[in-house]
Amino acid sequence: MKRIKEAFEKKPDGLLSIFVTAGFPNLNDTVEILKELEANGVEMVELGIPFSDPMADGPVIQEASGVAIENGMTLKLLFEQLKDIRKEVSIPILLMGYLNPVMQYGYEEFCKSCQEVGIDGVILPDLPLYEYKKEYKELFESHGLANTFLITPETAPERIKELDSLTNGFLYLVSSSSTTGKKSGIDGTIDYLSRVKDMNLTSPSLIGFNIKDSESYKIACKYSNGAIIGTAFIKAIMNSNNFKITVKDFVSSIR
Amino acid sequence: MDYNVDENGYYGKFGGAYIPEMLYPNVEELRENYLKISQEPEFKKEFDDLLRNYVGRPSPLYLAKRLSAKYGAKIYLKREDLNHTGAHKINNTIGQILLANRLGKKRIIAETGAGQHGVATATVCALMGLECIIYMGAVDIERQQPNVKRMQLLGATVVAAESGSKTLKDATNEAIRDWINNPADTYYIIGSVVGPHPYPDMVARFQSVISEEMKWQLEEHEGRDYPDRIIACVGGGSNAAGCFYHYLDNDKVELIAAEPAGLGLETGKTAATTAKGKPGVLHAAKTLLMQTEDGQVVEPYSLSAGLDYPGIGPMHAHLFDSGRGSFKYVTDEEALTACFELSKLEGIIPALETAHALAVLNQLDLKKDEVVVINLSGRGDKDLETLIKYI
Repeated sequence: MKRIKEAFEKKPDGLLSIFVTAGFPNLNDTVEILKELEANGVEMVELGIPFSDPMADGPVIQEASGVAIENGMTLKLLFEQLKDIRKEVSIPILLMGYLNPVMQYGYEEFCKSCQEVGIDGVILPDLPLYEYKKEYKELFESHGLANTFLITPETAPERIKELDSLTNGFLYLVSSSSTTGKKSGIDGTIDYLSRVKDMNLTSPSLIGFNIKDSESYKIACKYSNGAIIGTAFIKAIMNSNNFKITVKDFVSSIR
Repeated sequence: MDYNVDENGYYGKFGGAYIPEMLYPNVEELRENYLKISQEPEFKKEFDDLLRNYVGRPSPLYLAKRLSAKYGAKIYLKREDLNHTGAHKINNTIGQILLANRLGKKRIIAETGAGQHGVATATVCALMGLECIIYMGAVDIERQQPNVKRMQLLGATVVAAESGSKTLKDATNEAIRDWINNPADTYYIIGSVVGPHPYPDMVARFQSVISEEMKWQLEEHEGRDYPDRIIACVGGGSNAAGCFYHYLDNDKVELIAAEPAGLGLETGKTAATTAKGKPGVLHAAKTLLMQTEDGQVVEPYSLSAGLDYPGIGPMHAHLFDSGRGSFKYVTDEEALTACFELSKLEGIIPALETAHALAVLNQLDLKKDEVVVINLSGRGDKDLETLIKYI
């Protein structure tokens, strides 16, 4: 939780967060990718927990998720791989995924493992708000885990305010009503983004979904504290045989 | 014990609405409106009128004499196969299309397994003049060609789901993705008692016309409004929900659910969720789910495309968990045998899905005067290609 807060204090404008599926493209690439992202100035990382039925994702992240499962990635293995990550990486790391793998791992066990390896927050889009408030808010917080909520163009203002008051991480502004990596850009949703900006929310926010290049990153930064890029990064590393070069090139193409 | 949905959308510990924020406004709109709208006199009148004059309800409750003689009980068949489009699925699509109309939605999407729900959806879209997109697994498109052509003939666009196992579960994922991408103008007609609350309850209510009719039909035939046992097949479980609905609280009625064992429970080629599943979240509901230790959904298998689903409706998960329902497992082979048997004994060719319910007769210790109702959920025309291989 603390590292997320510090990241926003240090970089309140133009924070760049990268999403990458754990265990992709190869089973043991995750730690190296994390190191390269930090080395190239990326301020935050979201690690995707692979799931067989990623209903909110477009084809690219679906594919990455499938490959990671095929590679043998599991939550248990991921925590093992991340055992010493805090000796090497200091930017905040969040775990993002669907509820079922977390449920099977066990909520308490999951929170414990997160705390042990130094995970700072979670994004679980299909965890309902009522269930979070009733059953998991305390558990997450007592393990230092920030919970991040999604907001979409269809989210009502009162609900945005409630989510703003409940998050202890940041608000994830979904750029448009779509699955990940679906639309061509984000310029069609400027009205919504400026409407949310004008609400002067207390939590920091990042814009994600359909941010893919320097242009969309710049627009995102205008309306929030920064941007999250997933699909475009997955595409970039898909066929990479040298993450040092690929990650460097990717980050410098964004800013 | 309560077997119906509670105010929070749960059946015991199953159900709920595990939806990403992108779907929240849509599902919330539906939750706020489905009861209100479906209980309006005008809505009821239109629904009843279409069921009677368009679908052909009430569906007969037929005493199957030769089948009864063979198994030594009084066996009635609830003839949902005689409905327009050949299965119980149309009861639900009529209800939901009327709801979509009242919500002002212009574009209809649906998932389908065997194609029965797809056909029933394409039919009501033609009836109402609405755009219709049906998601169907690529594998199912192969094995259910006649239904694909029927949907196209009715003006629907059939989109192949190419992800995962390319069957019903993946068609459902694709339909959900479509809804996420088109939240404002699109209505998603789910075909079974699955998905986020309020779908399981809404679909069960629209299908409950089956047991509503059974009550007065049994009264006419037997002088009492309930049978000793009701048997229905369960994939997601909509026909079972419909014929169980008005008997959920009547302990005198045994509710028997027939699940597809595929090649056998221990072969790894099965879709028997209550035997092989454990609690999990799929398609936005907490329910029993066939999955690996790490929570990845296991590909189901059944010869019958309509039962080929790794989960089960939360209502049925609760019936299983609470012991209210008796769950039986039927292999492909047993279902085929039952299908051929009914064809020759009664002159009725049942759908392969329905044949799973018929096959349960072999597993019961029946008494002569017992009254058994089997929900004959669909007709077998669509399965001819498969059946021909086994003649």
